[in-house]
Parts: sequence; C-alpha cells; structure tokens
Amino acid sequence: MANKLKKYSILLLLIIGLVFLGIGCTGTKNNEGSSAENVTGAEPPSAENVSGAESASILLKGSDTVLPLAQAEAEEFMAENSGKSVTVTGGGSGVGIAALIDGEVNIAPASREMTDDEIKSAEAKGINPVETTIAYDGITVIVNPSNSVSNLTFDQLRGIYNGSISNWKEVGGADAQIAVISRDSSSGTYKDFQKDVLQGDEYRPDALIQPATGGIVTEVSQNTNAIGYIGFAYIDSSIKALSLNNGNGSVAPTEESILNGSYPLSRSLYFYTDGEPSGLTKEFTDFVLSEKGQSIVSTVGYIPLKK
Amino acid sequence: MLSRNYKEKTIEWTLFSVSVLTVVILFLICLFLFRDGLLLFKDTSLMDFLTGKFWYPTSINRQFGLLPLFFGSLIVTAGAIIFAVPLGVAAAIYISEIADPRIADFLKPFIEILAGIPSVVFGFFGLVILVPIIQDSFSLPTGQTALTGSIMLGIMALPTIITISEDAISSVPGTLEQGSLALGATKWQTIYKVIVPAALSGISAAVMLGIGRAIGETMTLMMVTGNTAVIPSFPEGFLASVRTMTATIALEMGEVPQGSTHFHALFAVGSVLFIITFLINLIADSIKKRYRFKVD
Repeated sequence: MANKLKKYSILLLLIIGLVFLGIGCTGTKNNEGSSAENVTGAEPPSAENVSGAESASILLKGSDTVLPLAQAEAEEFMAENSGKSVTVTGGGSGVGIAALIDGEVNIAPASREMTDDEIKSAEAKGINPVETTIAYDGITVIVNPSNSVSNLTFDQLRGIYNGSISNWKEVGGADAQIAVISRDSSSGTYKDFQKDVLQGDEYRPDALIQPATGGIVTEVSQNTNAIGYIGFAYIDSSIKALSLNNGNGSVAPTEESILNGSYPLSRSLYFYTDGEPSGLTKEFTDFVLSEKGQSIVSTVGYIPLKK
Repeated sequence: MLSRNYKEKTIEWTLFSVSVLTVVILFLICLFLFRDGLLLFKDTSLMDFLTGKFWYPTSINRQFGLLPLFFGSLIVTAGAIIFAVPLGVAAAIYISEIADPRIADFLKPFIEILAGIPSVVFGFFGLVILVPIIQDSFSLPTGQTALTGSIMLGIMALPTIITISEDAISSVPGTLEQGSLALGATKWQTIYKVIVPAALSGISAAVMLGIGRAIGETMTLMMVTGNTAVIPSFPEGFLASVRTMTATIALEMGEVPQGSTHFHALFAVGSVLFIITFLINLIADSIKKRYRFKVD
C-alpha cells in the first residue's frame, strides 16, 4: 500500500513538473514568433540563408500551383550545379508571402499578386518585395465531355457558383441539377476564382469541395452534371474545357489566348524575393527564366514566357 | 540474489518510466491542442463557435460555426455503425461458432488484410466505383454523399469489429456452451442466449473501437463525401454531401497561416474531436464494466 502511494506521488510529481516545463516552452515560443511559422523560423539554415547571399542553399515556400513547377526546376538546377541546394515546399501563396515578410525564405512562389496589406506589412518590416513573372497559367472551367454546354458568360458562371443558377437548362443545357465543384478555401486558385468570377460573392454553401485538383478532374470526368475549375496544366481528354465570355466574345483556353491575355481567367505565376535576387537566389531565378528553365515550364504543363 | 533483485528493479523502473512518458506525452498534446484551440475565443465567442450554422473561414464576414461539421461527422458515423455493427457481429458469430474451422481459417486472414489497406486506397475505390453507383441508383446530382462515406467507413470499421468480437466470442468458456446444449437448448438458442451475452463486454469494446476509427477517419471521407459544410437533415441527409470535422482540419490546415484566427479555429475543432473520442472511450469503459459476465 505504502509502495503504491509512493509510486503515485512520484508519477504525479513527474507529470506536474513536465507540464510546467511544457508551459514554459509555450511561453517562450509565444514571445519569439507571434505571427507565423515557429517551426521554420527555428531552423538555423533558413535564417542564415536569408542573410548570407553566398550560402549554398536557398529555401522556397509558397503556392501549391507553382509547387510542381518549382520542384521540377529545382531538381534540374541541382542536377546541373552539384553542391548547391534548392529546397521547395508548398503551403499556399499566402503562407509563402507571410514567410517572405518574416524573412524566413529566399523566394516566395505565388499564383496571385501580393495584396496592398501584404505590401504594407512587408515595408513595415523593412522587406522590399520584388516580383518576377516566371510563367503563365489560365484557370480553366471544365465540364463532362457529354455535357452539351460548351461556353458560358461570366454572369452565368458567377450565377452557378454563387447559387442563383442551379439547373443546366438555365444556361442552355439539359434539364439536370448542376453539381458545383470547388477547391478548398486554402487554395490560391480558390481565391483567384472568387475574386475574378464571383467578384466577392460567397461560394454557394452546398458546393462540393475537393482537396486537390485531381479530385475535381475525377468527379467531372464521371459525373455528367458536374462543373469545376482547374489549372491549365491539368486539362486532359476525360473532361471538356469551356470557352468563357466576359463581354468580349467567347474565348477558349489555349496557349495563345492565355499568353495574349484575351482568355479572361489568365494569370501569371510569380516568384517574390526581398529586393532584387542576388547570389544563389539570382542563379536559380535566372535558370528558371532561361531557355532550359522555360522548356521545363512547358513540360510541367504551364505556359512559358517566350514562345 | 542481490543482482537478480537489482535486475528486477531495473526492468520494473524501465517499464514504469515508459508508461510515465506516455502519460506525459498525452498531457503535452492536450496542452498544446487546447491552448491553440482556446485562442480562437479571443476573436469569436464560444457560443458562436458551438452554435454557428455556417463555416466560412476565409470570407470577409468569416464565421466559424461547428454545427455543420459536427453533424457531418455524426451522420457519417451513425450510418457506418448501422451498416457495420450487425454485419460485423454476425460475421464474428459465423466465424467463431458456425463456420467449419477450415473456412474460418481461410476467412480470418482476409479480414485482417482488409484492415491493412491504406485509407487513401479505400477513398480512391469509393470515388471511382461507389460514387457513380450511388449517383445512378438514387439519381442524385452527385454521388459524393454521406451515404457513400458511411458505406466506405463501415467497410473500414468491419475488420476491427469482426476480429475483436470474434476474440471475445471464442474466449467464452466451452463449459457454458456445453451446459446450455446439455439443457436441451438448440445451437442457435445457445448462441444468442448464452454465448453472445457472455461475450457482450468484448463485443461492446469492438463496437466502440469501430466508432473510434470511424470518428477519426479523414482521408477516405475527404475523398468521397463532397466536403460541403451544410447541416444535414435526417434521414434525407444521407443522400446529401457533408463535411466531417477531420476532413475540415485536413483540407484547411495545409495553407492556413500559423497563428491566425483560422488556424486557431482548426485547433478548436480538433479539441472538440478529442473530447468526443475521450467521451466515447469513457462510455466504452463503463459498458465493459456493467456487462462484465462472471464466468468463473
């Protein structure tokens, strides 16, 4: 009995001690990194990299849309330059930009421009964001190949996504309920689409949310009533890309229409850096903009800057 | 003699410290989870969170309402239980009491393999095979519904329910069965009057563990339920899309800036999930105690 009591008291003391230790840790963590990314911020290499331009490794963090491209570029770059390392992680445009503002990364890949708020908070921290366009992309609206609808106006598309249009016959299709598919709210493409098409309206609450572009393609390819939006790189024969009309005639998503800006949902993909790129950051950016780097852009499925 | 004692003590203390470490880790996880979850209530009131009907985490008038996610989890789990418990217990009874031992030996490893299939594979199967079937058979706008999620979840919970129930049924002493048969009861009467009641604590534990898996499942549900944050009605809600609490965390944690209100909201959802799982375990424990059958 006494032995048991002793064990319990030791256990209790240990737990209390460690919990206090835990509270102590969380306290200091709160003081250090109140805004973003405690984990990355704590890693010594990234902090050194940002300050020292001559380091042999750089860190990229940001858009998931740019991620496959940046990853392919980094692999090729490292294959050509042994001893130099380029680390690429996703997280989303907003997360990457926040990390750039906090001085945690060398390059923040983004599928949208920085907002005024973000630029302001960057300036407040002495960061001077410089934008480099690395490729073009177009958000493509897709339906099932058996759907008779092949073009939509912006008003129709907006109606479908904000909930005022729910039947395909209202936009010239069959009499069937529309299954509206969206990306999840953390996606940069979700925000671009909300800004450009919904113009600030909420997405209809009953829209199906898919965690990845692949899920949207699968659902649209097997559901005759579905509509979704994806990056240009993901178009394949199992789905049909719609032409869009925002008042200047119907335009199909093609490399040309995205490149000359006539496709209404064309957008640029960016690298954001603090100041003009220098050192390894410049080497990598130059590589991405080079002929070889731009051919990788085509391979991944986005549209290169120079044709 | 002394060294043997010493060895005993060392082993005892090693095991003791390992278990203490587990408890401490659990405490720290709770601490971090609740600390980040509670920070949400600096920006949103607790009532708004618990009774809110809308989940708009990134819009200008953002709302963090738990209800659609909570009921989403609830309806999918309820569906999975309705589907998996009778099937699982029946299969366990068949394997341990009725089936030819050779058939039982053949069936068991297959059920165990089912448990080892990664949930993303189940999700893919559900998305490609089950979703179109559900859509066609009920003529729905989409097959990504709570029912689809329930069926997939039920299949995933089956191995847990079957193997643990089967263990419980097999471990009922043979004397009970023989006694019942000797009194003139038929095989079937023996099964449902004697063996199943005797194994009830084990079967309840199996069911609770199945529910535990169902509530915590993320990947499959994210792939097949459509992730629509709308409060489902009952029972029509089975044919509508729903979003579960786990899927919300998995969907949104990826790109949410750390330290933001949205980040804390996801931790708050995680805290609620933790509390629910904790309560289920408590209930399972009390059921186990109440129905404990004295076989000695």
